[in-house]
Amino acid sequence: MASSASTFTPSPRPALTGRARVFLLRLRSGDEVAHLITLIFASAILLITVLLAFELYRNSALSREKFGWHFLTTRTWDPVFEDFGALPFIFGTVVTSAVGLLLAVPVGVGAAIFLAELAPPRISDALAFVIELLAAVPSVIYGLLAIFTLVPLLRTVVQPFLKEHLGFIPLFQGPNYGVGLLAAGLILAIMIVPFIVSISREVLMAVPVEQREAALALGATRWESTWKVVVPYARAGILGSVFLAMARALGETMAVTMVIGNDPKISSSLFAPGYSIAAVIANEFTEATSDLYIHALIELGLVLFILTIILNGLARLLILATRRKGTAHP
Amino acid sequence: MKKLSALHLVLTLVVVGLGLTLVIGPKTRLVAAPPPPPSLINGAGATFPYPIYSKWFDEYHKLHPDIQINYQSIGSGGGIQQLKAGTVDFGASDMPLNDQLLGQFSFKVIHFPTVLGAVVPTYNIPGVNAELKFTPEALAGIYLGKITKWNDPALTGPNAGANLPGQDIVVVHRSDGSGTTFVWTDYLSKVSPDWKSSVGSNTSVRWPVGLGGKGNEGVAGLVKQTPNSIGYVELIYAIQNNQPYGRVRNSSGDFVKASLASVTAAAAGVAGQMEKDVRISITDAPGKEAYPICSFTYLLIPTRIADGAKRKVITDFLHWMLANGQTMVESLNYARLPKSVVAIERKSLGQIQ
Repeated sequence: MASSASTFTPSPRPALTGRARVFLLRLRSGDEVAHLITLIFASAILLITVLLAFELYRNSALSREKFGWHFLTTRTWDPVFEDFGALPFIFGTVVTSAVGLLLAVPVGVGAAIFLAELAPPRISDALAFVIELLAAVPSVIYGLLAIFTLVPLLRTVVQPFLKEHLGFIPLFQGPNYGVGLLAAGLILAIMIVPFIVSISREVLMAVPVEQREAALALGATRWESTWKVVVPYARAGILGSVFLAMARALGETMAVTMVIGNDPKISSSLFAPGYSIAAVIANEFTEATSDLYIHALIELGLVLFILTIILNGLARLLILATRRKGTAHP
Repeated sequence: MKKLSALHLVLTLVVVGLGLTLVIGPKTRLVAAPPPPPSLINGAGATFPYPIYSKWFDEYHKLHPDIQINYQSIGSGGGIQQLKAGTVDFGASDMPLNDQLLGQFSFKVIHFPTVLGAVVPTYNIPGVNAELKFTPEALAGIYLGKITKWNDPALTGPNAGANLPGQDIVVVHRSDGSGTTFVWTDYLSKVSPDWKSSVGSNTSVRWPVGLGGKGNEGVAGLVKQTPNSIGYVELIYAIQNNQPYGRVRNSSGDFVKASLASVTAAAAGVAGQMEKDVRISITDAPGKEAYPICSFTYLLIPTRIADGAKRKVITDFLHWMLANGQTMVESLNYARLPKSVVAIERKSLGQIQ
């Protein structure tokens, strides 16, 4: 804009016309500089995303040409005869993330409500610190925890119990190895709870105190004011925390591969071993030699990228829908 | 809101600029002062031989302080890709490159076997402490999912006194692509036509049954934790971690326990066929003492190295590796090359121009 303004005036030292003058003023006050710098940073994010998608697309050409859309529906993953399909990995990724969220959301939101609404501030702050510490633990540590503690517990206690009492449901049938979809879902739940608690707590604490006072003034009990006023008010923020947790669960690699059993099969049982997209890429990329094999692995990356975009898009829609229902948001 | 004045901005830029020149300026001059080492060789590839390679490159650097050989253990696949792209001077692979892969190179590549590794079956059966003996048919049957119980006749036959239980066998394999898996599946392909036609051999395969563990430690961990399980790990890993492992019947009909000597014996058994091509599989090798599940690991060297100084460093190093280098390998639990193979490699060194 500014440069086009200066081209209007042919003289080498242009007099300050209106636009240029405003630009210079803004430049001197720092606005224009700040605008430019932040714009560059913001567009860098967009650029990285576009480049990532482009590179994933470009480097999966062989696999896309050979398998087409069948890649998404094929159950085979055979590096020897070079027949590749993504379905078992998509299945494993979605199922483990779903199990993780199913277990983590009630626990996480419940803990956040306690910390924000019911606990004395000192305990709340101390616990919040511990939770943020948990969020910073590297995932390989969680993986080791899972291998040495969670998996033996599942094999000797939890899964035999589930099999005995809920064995009529296909979810809890089949051989019991300890490792499998349930173990991966559980460790994901443990890993994402801190995200849900930490963010939800902040959001709940940001609800204006007038909202609570108004509810109490109308004769609501403390729990009624929390459950019927504060939580709905913070709903969008809580959902946001859940979707951030979901994004982490979908992309988690190390802890999942350590306990999921790494077997690309689709099974109705949660006890059965499975495989996730991120895990197979991490496992097989370093030793993949043929071009088609590498391209198939990169196409899996593309699939995960698109899966994340779709699920995040759905999340946005859900947030929009809850807003339209008339509940406020912070 | 505080207004950001242009003066502030200019001042900050000046201060930051001055700071940067102060910090970076002298340093760059310091770095530039000593001449760069005259010979820097870069390589990348397999992780299995990394401990011995880094020892060799380190010892060689001590002998020739002006020569530095960098090795990145990024995996065989990565090493091959980087060599193909010309970003490294040499590659390293646990699996010999087939003709199709070699055809994708714009230059000729020679394989130099460096050391030998072996893969052993390891198991965990509560109540069974005896050292188990495995026939090739039993191993293939278990990994194909056709032998599912420990008291199958194929297992109880050679292990009469072991009192094997009637429990289901839990099969464990590597989940990450690895040379270990290549050797294991190459062996199973050789001893079982069924395995060869339905699964085949590669660094990763489509496993008919079983759980996947990441790395030797992942497989060993799963086996240790899961009752009635069987897995396979590198011999080095089993030795270093006191992991019990079974004997395997070789082509002469003897049940051989894997050891550095029995692995070298296997390589000696096929050395005669290596005159023509060193890219030979040594699984199920002939010889009474030969352990059947082992393989070479290779350095991949281009035949034409344009830079004369680099060429000299690489060929000198390979000569050293075949002589002095071989004396160091057993301290790290690798099996050394048989003399006959060393002689063949000395000859092919002449092809590097």
